[in-house]
Amino acid sequence: MYRSHVLVCGGTGCTSSGSEKIIEALEKEIAANGLTDEVQVVKTGCHGLCALGPIMIIYPEGSFYSMVKPEDIPEIVSEHLLKGRIVTRLLYNETITDNGVKALNETNFYKKQHRIALRNCGVINPENIEEYIGTDGYQALGKVLTEMTPDEVIQTILDSGLRGRGGGGFPTGMKWKLARNIVPDADQKYVCCNADEGDPGAFMDRSVLEGDPHVVLEAMAIAGYAIGANQGYIYVRAEYPIAIKRLEIAIKQAREYGLLGKNIFNTGFDFDIGLRLGAGAFVCGEETALMTSIEGNRGEPRPRPPFPAEKGLFQKPTILNNVETYANIPRIILNGAEWFASMGTEKSKGTKVFALGGKINNTGLVEVPMGTTLREVVEEIGGGIPNGKKFKAAQTGGPSGGCIPADHFDVPIDYDNLIAIGSMMGSGGLIVMDEDNCMVDIAKFFLEFTVDESCGKCTPCRVGTKRMLEILTKITKGQGTLEDIDKLEELCYYIKANALCGLGQTAPNPVLSTLRYFRDEYIAHVVDKKCPAGVCKSLLSYEILQDKCKGCTLCSRVCPAGAISGTVKNPHIIDKDKCLKCGACIEKCKFGAIVKK
Amino acid sequence: MKSLEELKAIRDKMRGQIDIREEDSDAMRVVVGMATCGIAAGARPVLRAFSDIVQERELKNVAVVQTGCIGLCQYEPIVEIYESNGKKTTYIKVKPEMVEEIVDQHVVKGNPVTKYTIEASKLG
Repeated sequence: MYRSHVLVCGGTGCTSSGSEKIIEALEKEIAANGLTDEVQVVKTGCHGLCALGPIMIIYPEGSFYSMVKPEDIPEIVSEHLLKGRIVTRLLYNETITDNGVKALNETNFYKKQHRIALRNCGVINPENIEEYIGTDGYQALGKVLTEMTPDEVIQTILDSGLRGRGGGGFPTGMKWKLARNIVPDADQKYVCCNADEGDPGAFMDRSVLEGDPHVVLEAMAIAGYAIGANQGYIYVRAEYPIAIKRLEIAIKQAREYGLLGKNIFNTGFDFDIGLRLGAGAFVCGEETALMTSIEGNRGEPRPRPPFPAEKGLFQKPTILNNVETYANIPRIILNGAEWFASMGTEKSKGTKVFALGGKINNTGLVEVPMGTTLREVVEEIGGGIPNGKKFKAAQTGGPSGGCIPADHFDVPIDYDNLIAIGSMMGSGGLIVMDEDNCMVDIAKFFLEFTVDESCGKCTPCRVGTKRMLEILTKITKGQGTLEDIDKLEELCYYIKANALCGLGQTAPNPVLSTLRYFRDEYIAHVVDKKCPAGVCKSLLSYEILQDKCKGCTLCSRVCPAGAISGTVKNPHIIDKDKCLKCGACIEKCKFGAIVKK
Repeated sequence: MKSLEELKAIRDKMRGQIDIREEDSDAMRVVVGMATCGIAAGARPVLRAFSDIVQERELKNVAVVQTGCIGLCQYEPIVEIYESNGKKTTYIKVKPEMVEEIVDQHVVKGNPVTKYTIEASKLG
């Protein structure tokens, strides 16, 4: 028995900010102080506050230390672990109050969160199956195998109102029901897990796999029982090495404990899971392309119908759910459909995980009930926008989604509301933009991504997105015309109507939604040849205000192009032909004498 | 593992150990003085004894934590128990042998073991 547990985040975020070294230093220091039998060091998954990593929580006090460095470890061990004195200078400042320290779940970041999918992330050691079992792990599997019929399982999932968390929002129970019934005499069925998270900025699936891999295994086994499958596959991108390692460990442990394999709990039910690594092509997150890739072929989508529930992997009935969807299943089984359906909005039940990124203070992962407003997520949980800038828009749904402007700041977030305002839930990436972001440039960024990732199988996507990108590039260079904007919009509708798979059909969304809400910015680029946010370089020019320049020569010394000339104590000038518009001079000028127009 | 019973046995064994990681502000707090004076007087085995017994018995809503010197160094090891209603009891010169009785009587049943408290000594 340990009297104290030191939890150190071993998610990808904190690992890259150095948590491995922290753990090493901690174990050494604990041993040096003779505390090895008293204090347990636990490497956990992600806590969500990635901006403050590496993160460490010490229980039973619940002290939340942020941005811990190896140099801090001797102090933490000798003060906190040995003498019980909390190292205040390392505490997350939100937990410090006038009357001492407040609990983490009372801070702004965690207060409005409700963690179901991320329940165990940051709490248990993902490499130890017994810790998962200690938090009721595999009890749901035991319950369905011994107390429920497959139809009852499907009915429970249907009643819960759970919808696919990967983007489309298709009712999960419906998917299972189809796969169970559509081909009555199927000799083989499959359960697949889509862990090919590809949206730029989204990383919730990775966090679940890294922080709580067993929840996915358990849910897949439940799905296997429900639809009548005995084999599962997890398709995960090779760029997630920590997730892959933990999944491998988890699968091995589950087999050793008899929770995967033959005759689970002596009920005669067999289920096993294989890992398949993807090479990180965005299109492989599309369900038919993913299955084609598992089959060993080049990851290209195929036409639907037939849908996977009828002819999926190896032409057999298959269900394919996303990691976050699975992470909800065991809790729904244990707590009941009503419990889950009591959260969220009328048509979107439960919670959703969002990856907050862009111009926001608390970059990281949050899980909130469906129906939480964008304002609550950005201002309260996310801690607002840095440097006192103004909120302009939030981008959801990645390259398939769209922008939500400030006018819709108070819209409750759920599947249907987001579609109504021209965006989509997607996998839950939420990129916040402030007044310094150019919306044409953002649309161009996402189009560059889609052009890069288009698999090339169908013409609308392969050629169409390329043409769109060319028009956008022309506009950002100030060479666009009003006809170009019309042509761009027309192309969007053609591509949406004709592309083969979801990737192509949604690729125009970033353009359509920025055209819908920020058409004036497009027009400014085309008619006035100006970029209102000051982003598009071709439309900018730098100038030195002659009355403010003191002639300190600093700017001419930092200019990499030698474009600034002038003598000491006399106003300088910029040669616009030589200027690269890199902005180095503006950063250095102490007198605010350089402006971009 | 072949049965649900075995699964439940592992769960129950692990649960007591993981409960320490719960955020619960209503918990009863057992605070052990672990400053230089406390450690020198033998607070460390006392702390471990409390921590072990709470986990072994899977007691809910009890946090065993450390604190620094409260200024009564000659009475160390000192253990203070804060109940969720704010009531505080101070035990002095605590030895590991006394821990089980304090947990049984005070933590579980809510009856402070007065003979070990500071009030019972001549200081009180």
